[in-house]
Amino acid sequence: MRKGLSFINVTALVLGFAFLYLPILILIIYSFNDSRLVAVWGGFSTRWYAELWQNEALLDAAWVTLRVAFVSATVATVLGTLAAIALARFRRFRGRALFSAMVYAPLVMPEVILGLSLLLLFVAVDLERGFWTVTLTHITLAMCFVAVVVQSRLVTFDRSLEEAAMDLGATPLRSFLSVTLPIIFPAIAAGWMLAFTLSLDDLVLASFTTGPGATTLPMRIYSQVRLGVTPEINAISTIFIGFVALLVIAASLALKWQVVSDRRAARAPG
Amino acid sequence: MASNGSRLRGRTLVALIPYAWLVFFFLVPFLIVFRVSLSDDVLAQPPYAPLFDWRAGLEGIRAFAAGLDFENYAFVLSDTLYLYSYLQSVWIAGASTLILALIGFPLAYAMARAPHAWRPMLLMLVILPFWTSFLIRVYAWMGILAREGLLNQALLAFGIVSEPVEILATNAAVVLGIVYSYLPFMVLPLYAALDRLDESLLEAAADLGAPPWKGFWLVTFPLAMPGLIAGALLCFIPAVGEFVIPDLLGGSDTLMIGRTLWTEFFSNRSWSIASAIAVLLLLVLVVPMVLYQNIQARSLEAGR
Repeated sequence: MRKGLSFINVTALVLGFAFLYLPILILIIYSFNDSRLVAVWGGFSTRWYAELWQNEALLDAAWVTLRVAFVSATVATVLGTLAAIALARFRRFRGRALFSAMVYAPLVMPEVILGLSLLLLFVAVDLERGFWTVTLTHITLAMCFVAVVVQSRLVTFDRSLEEAAMDLGATPLRSFLSVTLPIIFPAIAAGWMLAFTLSLDDLVLASFTTGPGATTLPMRIYSQVRLGVTPEINAISTIFIGFVALLVIAASLALKWQVVSDRRAARAPG
Repeated sequence: MASNGSRLRGRTLVALIPYAWLVFFFLVPFLIVFRVSLSDDVLAQPPYAPLFDWRAGLEGIRAFAAGLDFENYAFVLSDTLYLYSYLQSVWIAGASTLILALIGFPLAYAMARAPHAWRPMLLMLVILPFWTSFLIRVYAWMGILAREGLLNQALLAFGIVSEPVEILATNAAVVLGIVYSYLPFMVLPLYAALDRLDESLLEAAADLGAPPWKGFWLVTFPLAMPGLIAGALLCFIPAVGEFVIPDLLGGSDTLMIGRTLWTEFFSNRSWSIASAIAVLLLLVLVVPMVLYQNIQARSLEAGR
């Protein structure tokens, strides 16, 4: 749009982003508050961070959460990519309507329903609840997000490249691996990241489907948060936010680098 | 060259693996929820009855079917507490969605009008909070809205109020929490729609003598409508079943259905009532969900 920003537009941007970021900023600032009282500023201190390292239960929960997130994101990325290929490439197959309904529904489905239904499944098949039941649950939700991210890349993709590869005698699998996969790789990586953070973040699904010995970090945080605001929670939240922000920034830099190198490769002669 | 047979096998396998996964982990669990919602609570593991007994053969099936009834639904529908929860959930989610549209539209509009060089950065700034923990973002508001929190301190310091106002543990706090948490979901589809808007249409309207507000109302707004509808559904549907926000920011009288289901399951340990609530919640959401599905499928399959 050519007209540029009016005063109202600038105000909307400033207020909108202030609304999005101020609460997080305040939370981070108060994690360095020396006072235990949340409302009183008692000077700068990092003691709440030091205390986190003494909290065994919290560290255990963080370790469980990272493991669940890693395994579930990886499996969800494979399943979600397959689902995306099926939806984007196979125009007609039996049960396609049901399949696409099952892929899109979990994106908006209230988590309490998903959590309850999966718990009832695990009880019905008599699966012991713990690490694996939480992981299976996260795979199911995250694969749908991956499918949507990858599918939106696949439908904008120039299919003549695949066809050229097949005309030159490549099998469909081979043309997928050597032509399609490198091109959609950024979308797959973004899907993995999304799946990973969804799993890190989840409270409701994990609460329903977990068992003894597999308490996740959000569950720990939640049980403490219910008792009120504490500087320790601010500190762990700040670490969490910093960790995710680093991941996202690294991913977007990697993406940018890939775009640049792609362009260079395209410009190179021969 | 691959034979047609092996190609077909390959295709079948690609679709079949995620298909089977979703049938087993998404569809079947719903059937189980429905089946448990027809059962009675018992003190056993699993805590519902009757159980299906394969070994008893036909007699077992008959006994199983006889044990199922709609008692739980009659109970949930006759108790005003549950009815009230459903109504309040829809009301709070609806009000939040309206406010989201009112805040999200100017933001998305300004983003779409920003210089091209800024747009990736602005888009990144909208998406980034979505990656940071939902729980933590709701928690951040607890400290701000508390009786002795920053908001009250600021209001007192500026002399706007003479004594602290109760904001935390009210429905207003829940609406605020939903608006805050779901804002990226509203802005992103709106931005996508506004970004695609063909500028020459607005110029044509201006050439034909339409004042800017009329151009906005007759050109921009209708073309942004699909984005607005997608954003509204993306916010409304999960907000109706929201648990974390009403639990942390709401008061004890903020009865939203997601919270009621949680209490029924974790505190009252009534799996069959929780299941009946889930089925009824799904019924409330089935129309908006089908609408959302159609929009989503259409926008993805059109290739934008």
